[in-house]
Amino acid sequence: MRARVYVTLKPSVFDPQGRVVADALVTLGYQDVKDVRQGKFFEVEIDGKDAAAAKTRVTEMADKLLANPVIESYRVEVLP
Amino acid sequence: MRFAVVVFPGSNSDRDAFYAASRVLGQDASLVWHKDTDLGGADAVVLPGGFAHGDYLRTGAIARFSPIMGAVKAFADRGGPVIGICNGFQVLLEAGMLPGAMVRNRGIKFASKYVHVRVEQTDTPFTAACTPQQVLRLPIAHGEGNYFAEPEALAELERNRQVIFRYTNASGEPTDQSNPNGSLNNIAGICNERRNVVGLMPHPERAAEIALGSADGRVVLASVVTALAAVAAGPERSRGAATR
Repeated sequence: MRARVYVTLKPSVFDPQGRVVADALVTLGYQDVKDVRQGKFFEVEIDGKDAAAAKTRVTEMADKLLANPVIESYRVEVLP
Repeated sequence: MRFAVVVFPGSNSDRDAFYAASRVLGQDASLVWHKDTDLGGADAVVLPGGFAHGDYLRTGAIARFSPIMGAVKAFADRGGPVIGICNGFQVLLEAGMLPGAMVRNRGIKFASKYVHVRVEQTDTPFTAACTPQQVLRLPIAHGEGNYFAEPEALAELERNRQVIFRYTNASGEPTDQSNPNGSLNNIAGICNERRNVVGLMPHPERAAEIALGSADGRVVLASVVTALAAVAAGPERSRGAATR
């Protein structure tokens, strides 16, 4: 099975990279850009056929390694 | 006494720390490969600067899985003095041995320059030989030294006097201008609750001799020599050193 994990900085954490990207977009002429938050994306291939079990496993992985819960939050999706 | 300097793949300040401990301070020192599981009877452990495991995923995130980290954690749990310098500090944060996390410097740029830090507390093994509020001129070299903790965690750090080094100007005032990376409360270094594990972003080992531009960092590693000698001399002197 395949799962997707989206990791982003928590709203309370300033994202200097996202800010620079937003500034660059404005410089490119996209004056309507208000803010950009940069994150990470993981695709995890995992054995098994039970989507709920896979979600539990991958959520555990995100919590233990893929994200640092002090500064980041994450969202896990299991693909059908 | 004997220093163990851990060498991760990607460490680049391991030799500097080894040189400062052995040649500058005249102590025993050994380089310990990250795949070792034994610290060789060391009295103090240095996690050096660099880019352990390429800093893949996050700075310090993979290094916590290095086999030697089990021994480092056990050593710290017994009260042994452990210092993490720059990347070593990031490793201690990711390993959960110190609270908080690092994010990118607020100016995005990698910061490589001299800064001033004020010694906030002298009751740790790595500041025992400092004078209270002593201002040290030390080099920094990092891209992710912007210390973050949630407001409650930050308040607890301050309440427990766990902030050990703060970025200041040359007169020891913690101004925003003297903060090189955006760290909350100008934090440059902290300790754990037990006060035997210390992490800091500046490089004291790269400022251990005047030929290097500053000898201010010498006192940080020399402190642990003093602190351990005081412990060996008995509880009376040890208490004196702790409250100095």
